[in-house]
Amino acid sequence: MKFGVITFPGSNSDEDAFLAITDVLGQEGVKLWHKDHDLRGVDVVILPGGFSYGDYLRAGAIARFSPIMREVVAHADRGAPVVGICNGFQIACEAGLLPGALLRNASLQFVSELCRVRVETTETRFSNQYAPGQILRLPIAHGDGRYTADDATLDRLEQNGQVVFRYVNAKGETDPLADPNGSMRGIAGIVNERGNVLGLMPHPERAAEAIVGSADGVALFESLLAQVGV
Amino acid sequence: MSRYRVAVHIVPRRGLLDPQGKAVADALHSLGFNGVRDVRVGRHLVIDADAPEPQSAERVVRDMCAKLLANPVTEDFEIANVEQA
Repeated sequence: MKFGVITFPGSNSDEDAFLAITDVLGQEGVKLWHKDHDLRGVDVVILPGGFSYGDYLRAGAIARFSPIMREVVAHADRGAPVVGICNGFQIACEAGLLPGALLRNASLQFVSELCRVRVETTETRFSNQYAPGQILRLPIAHGDGRYTADDATLDRLEQNGQVVFRYVNAKGETDPLADPNGSMRGIAGIVNERGNVLGLMPHPERAAEAIVGSADGVALFESLLAQVGV
Repeated sequence: MSRYRVAVHIVPRRGLLDPQGKAVADALHSLGFNGVRDVRVGRHLVIDADAPEPQSAERVVRDMCAKLLANPVTEDFEIANVEQA
């Protein structure tokens, strides 16, 4: 399977994503530049973490105008998979690929820690290799991760099974104290209605090998592979 | 065609948590400004644009706000001022 990782000016997790795909998963990785006009035949697009355009105006607001985003939106419109991680989640929301927005953490502090998220559904092409309710240890590192949407949107996300990951405490329960950024309903990751665009604040690509503290992120990428039987 | 200077205020939507505004309100309280009930911290943009008349300059900036400058999910905006630049 061919994964394309897009580098925007200010991306900083693009190499991590590339290494997870190539070194850990043994898949083909393609490095794409934000000014490219061609996705070079990739099956999956990864919008990586970082601080594209210095988070000017709002996190992700300017990156959505990068030339390659036109191709990314077309790729998503065809039903092909897109994974937005951290800043990539912010970009996906700004580009209208996902509902809602990511605001300044409620604490006003940048959080960099290993958090716990619970797998809320395994019925997506990004989570089918997890067990239902499985608790994952994934790193987070962001200042603007507070998922926000109106109640109608949140209800719709819940009803459609679009909430994929939720922040939980050590017992695996949702808990305002375990919600690192004040996200509404503890939401850490969602898919769009069609199920082909995932956005999440935690970094699965930085949890790809036990030696770095967790390998819980690998199954997210393996889920995409299982989908096509690679 | 004239040049107009359009000022726009963009603030977090009322009802949404604005932690920055809350922190500022708390600081003001600690300074003794006890009358402070609410603070919302937003952005103020000043845009110089060419337009045939002030109304169209304002209209164009409203369009800019809807498309880029404000996030329709979380922010409200208002045109604060339009003047000849």
